[in-house]
Amino acid sequence: MNSDVVVNITNLNKSFGDNHVLRGIDLQVQRGEVVCIIGPSGSGKSTLLRCVNMLETPTAGTVVVLGRELTDINCDIDEARAHIGMVFQQFNLFPHMTALENVCVAQRKVLKRSADEAATIAHGLLARVGLVEKDNAYPAQLSGGQQQRIAIARALAMNPDVILFDEATSALDPELVGEVLQVMQSLAQEGMTMLVVTHEMGFAKGVADRVVFMDAGVIVEQGPPSQVISAPVEERTRAFLSSVLNH
Amino acid sequence: MAISKRKKAQYRRIAVYVLSVVALLAVALVVDWGRLQSAMFKWDIVVEQFPDILMSAAKNTIIFTILGFAGGLSFGLLFALMRLSTVRPYRWFAATYIEIFRGIPLLVTLLILGFGIPIATGWRWPNPYVQGAVPLALVASAYMAETIRAGIEAVPKGQMEAARSLGMSYSRAMITIIIPQALRIIVPPLTNEFVLLIKDTSLISVLGVTAGTRDLARFGRDGVNQTANATPLIVAGLVYLAMTVPLTQLVAWMERREKAVSR
Repeated sequence: MNSDVVVNITNLNKSFGDNHVLRGIDLQVQRGEVVCIIGPSGSGKSTLLRCVNMLETPTAGTVVVLGRELTDINCDIDEARAHIGMVFQQFNLFPHMTALENVCVAQRKVLKRSADEAATIAHGLLARVGLVEKDNAYPAQLSGGQQQRIAIARALAMNPDVILFDEATSALDPELVGEVLQVMQSLAQEGMTMLVVTHEMGFAKGVADRVVFMDAGVIVEQGPPSQVISAPVEERTRAFLSSVLNH
Repeated sequence: MAISKRKKAQYRRIAVYVLSVVALLAVALVVDWGRLQSAMFKWDIVVEQFPDILMSAAKNTIIFTILGFAGGLSFGLLFALMRLSTVRPYRWFAATYIEIFRGIPLLVTLLILGFGIPIATGWRWPNPYVQGAVPLALVASAYMAETIRAGIEAVPKGQMEAARSLGMSYSRAMITIIIPQALRIIVPPLTNEFVLLIKDTSLISVLGVTAGTRDLARFGRDGVNQTANATPLIVAGLVYLAMTVPLTQLVAWMERREKAVSR
């Protein structure tokens, strides 16, 4: 097996009752690659992302991350998830903890780092996302953009091999989107492996190594952004892009 | 000229005030206050009640309440987690338990466990505190389980997902992330539960208790028998109020503050 493949999804299917959301997805993500998943709402892109760390259990197919087959019943899912970062649309910071505690808690409880070590790492990461002075702030005291940057720091604190971004900027006020995209872009430049579900075509075009267009539970088209976004082959891709870009 | 609606409402308010004052005056004039006081609030009997009513009876009520609350909270948390478990038999067991102990009056539960079990098995309760507190805790745990479950379910789903996606196990996420947030939500209803328990301890007086383990209600009743006067029960009622009113006020304050924060 190619050791540079971080995520390997084969024939993935997911149904919610009668609703067949994912219909045979095959997708590989290489180490250091930034893959953006775009598509209309209801196309299954968030469900696909949530299957990568098993927040949704696939109905059929396999998901292999870093050589661990997560869809295998014997897989230690907690251990695997510690290596897979996730950033949510609604941030999901822990409201009863300060920014620093949010970034420290999993380091302490999952990685068993000492309090000092965790705090040192957390300080560094909060500085990196531009929030060094907000250590002791609670999430409710912060803007959406600041909360999301802390959520990214929280994911980074686990030294993940890949980070999943589930519409990380969709819940933000328009003027706060930029600061989060900037952090994501700098991560991409530093070589982080990223799987990004997004509506930000500018980000996909400028940062992604590969763009995947999904519709109705299947991958319709994928390739470098210069191809999928600038010169799509499939009719459905063209229709989607023209509706997103021309309004 | 017809009077306006607002004017009419104003007249109605004034009429209600006037009628209330008249009614109060009528009661004050009709009632024989001297007789009422000598039957229900005789000062020398009040003095006689002290200090036992505080040092013994109120103390016992508090002991029963705290034992019942501590037991109810621990088992309530356990049953709440069982209700939320993915393991069906756990859910069934907890649901059945909650239905049974919320469905039977506390008085009946006290009699069954306090008298029925010893008669049926020959086993004896080790002491009157345990005999009274265990049935109280079992019933309290059924009510608290539902309160705690509602609190846990009120924590947004994304919190568990965020915790799990960081590699925490289900139980680790519960302990570190979910339960602390749920507790904050359920402190006011749990405090109300505590007030109910203070009052419910009065039912323990149906179990045969020794002089040293009498609660407030029993102390008042025994006092009535000794003095042929209602004063001891009135005093007991006042001591209950001294315990419950500060707590209900505390709950009201917490709810006002919560409203102010979430605004």
